[in-house]
Amino acid sequence: MALETSVIQNKLIENFGLKVSDFVQIHDIFTFEVTPEAIVEVMQFLKDDATLRFNFLTDVCGIHYPDYEVSRQFAVVYHMHNWVDNVRIRIKCYLNAENPEIDTVSNLFLSANWQERETYDFFGIIFKGHPQLKRILNMDEMTSFPMRKEFPLEDGGRTDKDDRFFGRTTQNC
Amino acid sequence: MSDLLLSPEKRYANIIEQRRNEDGSELSILNLGPTHPATHGIFQNILLMDGERIVDGEGTVGYIHRAFEKIAENRPFYQITVLTDRMNYCSAPINNMGWWMTLEKALGVEVPKRVQYLRVIIMELARIADHIICNSVLGVDTGALTGFLYVFQFREKIYEIYEEICGARLTTNMGRIGGFEREWSPAVWEKLNKFLEEFPPIWQEFENLLTRNRIFMDRTINVGAISADKAISYGFTGPNLRAAGVDYDVRIMQPYSSYEDFDFNIPVGKSGDTYDRFCVRNQEVWESLSIIKQALAKMPEGPYHADVPDYYLPPKDDVYTTMESLIWHFKIVMGEVPVPLTEVYHPVEGGNGELGFYLITDGSRTPYRLHFRRPCFIYYQAFNDMVKGQMLSDAIATLSSLNVIAGELDA
Amino acid sequence: MSDSPKYNTVAAPEGYAGEGFFATKLSDVVGLARANSLWPLPFATSCCGIEFMATMASHYDVARFGSERMSFSPRQADMLLVMGTIAKKMAPILREVYEQMSEPKWVIAVGACASSGGVFDTYSVLQGIDKVIPVDVYVPGCPPRPEQILDGIMKLQEIVKNESVRRRSSDEYNDLLGSYNIK
Repeated sequence: MALETSVIQNKLIENFGLKVSDFVQIHDIFTFEVTPEAIVEVMQFLKDDATLRFNFLTDVCGIHYPDYEVSRQFAVVYHMHNWVDNVRIRIKCYLNAENPEIDTVSNLFLSANWQERETYDFFGIIFKGHPQLKRILNMDEMTSFPMRKEFPLEDGGRTDKDDRFFGRTTQNC
Repeated sequence: MSDLLLSPEKRYANIIEQRRNEDGSELSILNLGPTHPATHGIFQNILLMDGERIVDGEGTVGYIHRAFEKIAENRPFYQITVLTDRMNYCSAPINNMGWWMTLEKALGVEVPKRVQYLRVIIMELARIADHIICNSVLGVDTGALTGFLYVFQFREKIYEIYEEICGARLTTNMGRIGGFEREWSPAVWEKLNKFLEEFPPIWQEFENLLTRNRIFMDRTINVGAISADKAISYGFTGPNLRAAGVDYDVRIMQPYSSYEDFDFNIPVGKSGDTYDRFCVRNQEVWESLSIIKQALAKMPEGPYHADVPDYYLPPKDDVYTTMESLIWHFKIVMGEVPVPLTEVYHPVEGGNGELGFYLITDGSRTPYRLHFRRPCFIYYQAFNDMVKGQMLSDAIATLSSLNVIAGELDA
Repeated sequence: MSDSPKYNTVAAPEGYAGEGFFATKLSDVVGLARANSLWPLPFATSCCGIEFMATMASHYDVARFGSERMSFSPRQADMLLVMGTIAKKMAPILREVYEQMSEPKWVIAVGACASSGGVFDTYSVLQGIDKVIPVDVYVPGCPPRPEQILDGIMKLQEIVKNESVRRRSSDEYNDLLGSYNIK
């Protein structure tokens, strides 16, 4: 591997100080945390820097941690990939459950557009400055955010299955 | 900014009104989909048309949103292959194998070389089946039904091989953690060899029918082109990116399942148009055939599954006769196997590009979060950009050459 | 065709045949004609649609059953084949397509998802299309094999053959549509 993770870590700390933290290698991917306010500048730096060259945004997704403290209940996870040195990184931004907001990166990578819309649709995370932040997969009329842990998988209004015959009632499921 | 949040009809009504006042031109709105026969799946495109030329468009997706990720959070690990099947149903085994490899990475399971080679064979067969559909349907959309009827015979042959391996045709649900559920029967090898013998001349004929066909070339060259830079920014991967001239392929960049043992080329196009996408897929079929042949020639001896009693079901005979096996069988089926606390991202080269599985475990029987990086979903957002200024019929050809699979698109 | 040693033609309905004439019931003739020229409207949404492509292609060839012509316009179709998951977002569209079809019309729910929601017992999926439109034949399977789809079509042919010519104007039929709030 031409690009060492220590280089990535040092460069980021040098430029962003305390805004980046918790560097850890998980399996084959180097992971770290970025404060939500700094995500656009960090990503811009990772993309444009002559040695880092993370030219590809592989994936954006959200996670809900209802058991964490309120300031860290939502996470947005970005996977980036440097195609020249073939290095992947994972960036995590933890958001406050009361006001899950983060800046959009759809200006940097066009592919973020729909992925952020999907994340909004599933988790209700607001991407500030997104050109078209509306629901994408679910119906526009929906008011809740289905991938949050408290949202049930099955449709509450369904009539075709009787819970008693599936060994589950409202008490034990 | 904010007018993008309006429904496209409302937004376009304003534009139509404005243009009429400015230069008297008559723009119109065309609703393409979600059940339009030419769209091969259900996506809606509301297009603003100037005569037959597309001025602007907006895609609406989600008409077959099935909540894969939500279901995955509620099902034990081995039941999730069933979901991956139904994601990209044109190349289900690639999804299956990708999921098992993700799990093996999380659990730290090493699989024997032979299993890896068997997986390579099945994944390349799936890629061929995927590309057969995409390219023959592109033929149909440009007015050549012959090729479709001709090569579909051979997709049936691939399905017969799947059937011999796992019993299912389309949604295969193939494999287990650490390998396959049973040894491949002699019929598999027989059918596979027959396929390798019979298919190449047919595929050659199919290519001859279309690649230098005047009508086909006129319909596809310079249609729906996308530049390499833009394609990368839009998150293109797979054949659609390679058609734009970027040689990114997960099989090379991050070899999994022993792809490093095989010698194959990555075909690339130049202009990223519909014709290039067609040619890249055609060429990839030849490369896949070559990989399968190499795997057959080099097939190592060994077991068809890894020795991981914690995750791999014990032999049925033992389950019936010994108590320990029965207990393990029960534990595995109930999903009560030890799972380390970890998170992994595992990409595989799917039929349409980098298919990624981002898995977070919390030690329980279900994933805490499972996110699928679905290539179709990511690159379909470029569609409206690609067809702007083109004729309506070109939009259909472009859509079909992108090979957007609705199940993968809508999760 | 003529040099082919064996091919099947549809048997004539019961009736009286004689020198130069054949007398039978009108409903039998109408049933025969309808059953053997069912124009399908493929409403393919997902995996089952791919199996339908196989059914319609050369190997299985649905044309053998008089369903040669895929009718992509609902107005000229007799048989609506709903193949694949119908999400709640899609349900109104399915219903509209059904309403656009002209009488007589039949519906086959192909696959577990169209029949009952299948494995997708989730908030976003309609648990069976019979929640929004009446269904004549259900084909199980996830996805059903092409043979099963053909079997479903043959089952429907039986239904069509034996349907009374007056059924579509009967009170029962109107009540059935009324129970779905159609028309």
